[in-house]
Amino acid sequence: MEPITTITSTSVPIMKDNIDTDQLIPKQFLKNILKVGYGRHLFFDWRYEKDGKPNPDFILNKPERQGAEILVAGDNFGCGSSREHAVWALKDYGFKAVIAGGFSDIFYMNSTKNGFLAITLPRDQREILAAAPADAKITVDLPNQEVRYDRHQFKFEIDPLWKHKFINGLDDIAITMQYEDQIEAYEAKMPQF
Amino acid sequence: MSQTMFDKIWSKHVITGKVGDPQLLYVDLHLLHEVTSPQAFEGLRENHRKVRRTDKTFATMDHNVPTKDIFNIKDEISRKQIDTLGKNAKEFGVRLAGMGDEDQGIIHVIGPQLGLTQPGMVIVCGDSHTATHGAFGSIAFGIGTSEVEHVLATQTIWQTKPKTMGIHIHGELSKGVYAKDIIMGLIAREGVSFGTGYAAEFYGDTIERMSMEERMTLSNMAIEGGAKVGIIRPDQTTFDYVAGRKYAPKNMAKAIEYWKQFYTDDESTFDRIVDFDVSDLAPFVSWGTNPGMAVPVDQSFPEIKNADDQKAYDYVGLKPGQTAPEIPIEFAFFGSCTNGRLSDLKIAASVLKGHHIAPQVTALVVPGSRTIKEEAEKQGIDKIFKDAGCDWREPGCSACLGMNPDQVPAGVHCASTSNRNFEGRQGAGSRTHLASPAMVAAAAINGHFVDIRKAGIA
Repeated sequence: MEPITTITSTSVPIMKDNIDTDQLIPKQFLKNILKVGYGRHLFFDWRYEKDGKPNPDFILNKPERQGAEILVAGDNFGCGSSREHAVWALKDYGFKAVIAGGFSDIFYMNSTKNGFLAITLPRDQREILAAAPADAKITVDLPNQEVRYDRHQFKFEIDPLWKHKFINGLDDIAITMQYEDQIEAYEAKMPQF
Repeated sequence: MSQTMFDKIWSKHVITGKVGDPQLLYVDLHLLHEVTSPQAFEGLRENHRKVRRTDKTFATMDHNVPTKDIFNIKDEISRKQIDTLGKNAKEFGVRLAGMGDEDQGIIHVIGPQLGLTQPGMVIVCGDSHTATHGAFGSIAFGIGTSEVEHVLATQTIWQTKPKTMGIHIHGELSKGVYAKDIIMGLIAREGVSFGTGYAAEFYGDTIERMSMEERMTLSNMAIEGGAKVGIIRPDQTTFDYVAGRKYAPKNMAKAIEYWKQFYTDDESTFDRIVDFDVSDLAPFVSWGTNPGMAVPVDQSFPEIKNADDQKAYDYVGLKPGQTAPEIPIEFAFFGSCTNGRLSDLKIAASVLKGHHIAPQVTALVVPGSRTIKEEAEKQGIDKIFKDAGCDWREPGCSACLGMNPDQVPAGVHCASTSNRNFEGRQGAGSRTHLASPAMVAAAAINGHFVDIRKAGIA
């Protein structure tokens, strides 16, 4: 996993609430057996017309919004299906962080496994970010747990263990294997019936 | 200190870490399917890791599988994903109920059916409807593919302990009102994220009277209210269901004694309590694009309160003030991990018996597992569906999410026994209306929803 500390980038606001993982990546794109290549299908049904042409009204297709690494969204982001493809698609598209009012528990866990920052900020602060001009830069500063834009500084919470993992790009399985003795001891005590 | 069932099972499974921090939990049962596992096995291969406990891992094929002509998968990418699971299971020594196998079916249907799902366990699967297994009094939740890889390699998972929510469900259900209506009514009242950050426990006299299949319907949709766990206290109904199944404990008496240690001591211990009286509950139908956008069949669709409501109405082609009987139904889907079990098919068949579906309606019946399909055929239930004009299919997830060829055409309204009515869920442009199997059967006959209580159907 790539270490992640500070992201400074333009942003894209999609302030809809309850953006589910079916919208982030529809099922027809879950058949691949790889982790890459999902970015072009992100927000597929909103992003493309029926004939496959980009929908010019959808914000991801606006020329001035290209290259943004930060997504600003509504409440309860990533609800629904557990598909990790949703995080892979966001990352593959080029996003490095999403700032929302909250996340489904499964989506949040998936984000921590992929070095993808899922940050919770209250609505009033997100509305300030969502109103930022297309060329305005927003900074997500993980070590200081702060989102900065213009003269604003918004603090956010993150579990210290996830923060440590993000900053150091650590692999979960390697960490867990250090507990092998404890796992074995646990297994030895399990009830048999 | 008094504890909830969730607290007790959780603390029994902690390998390391303290409450408040991520804790390493032991996993008793890991269920796999073809869609969320290939990248996990690839990760093991790249790092020269093996599956730690093949005896606690079980795989099947469900999401992608065709429901007719099952050995001839025309979609090449689907076929590759299915073949990949077959190869991975063989290479890593994982038990697999593959295509055509007598145990094959929807993973959340076969887990309980085979007796793999048991009380007191921690159960995970790369699928959000893993919540289903909570009906047996186990901590069961959906995980992502990275977590699948982690569990395969270590038989453990890092989790931060959620808060607990008690959902007290009480009262006698009216005739024609089912477990599906309870969970839909609850989510319609509380919203699609009220359970986020919580493990929910359903309890109360209504739950105590329910069969295991009804309890599974309830736990299954806990996730639609945001709760990734929906646990129910195991009782004699649970023990009787588990006993004698293929992978059930050999020593049931000892197992039951062990399971009984996990009961919630005192209901006031929950961090939050939600009270839901179901005695006046009506059958529910969803009108919009999330499971919270649902109303009782005899009430009109709500006013537009925000841009999300507007977007939902635009998508489904309906208006505020209309009622469920005004929705023109042209598709009906019977199946899924929510309502694809034998009792669900029986209820739908009892409504369909002696009737024919409306001429404009296409109806698919997809049993939750091969065992259910065969049992239904033995009992003549398939014949009732076929005589009514329904298409009787092979088991799988099918049109619940339309990863296989079973899709609802764009613009078509589908009465569905499944769990999600998201935009495009059942096919691009499809319009899903969630309801109980009896309600869907009545809608298929009439070409629109009817209040099955008043129509004398129930």
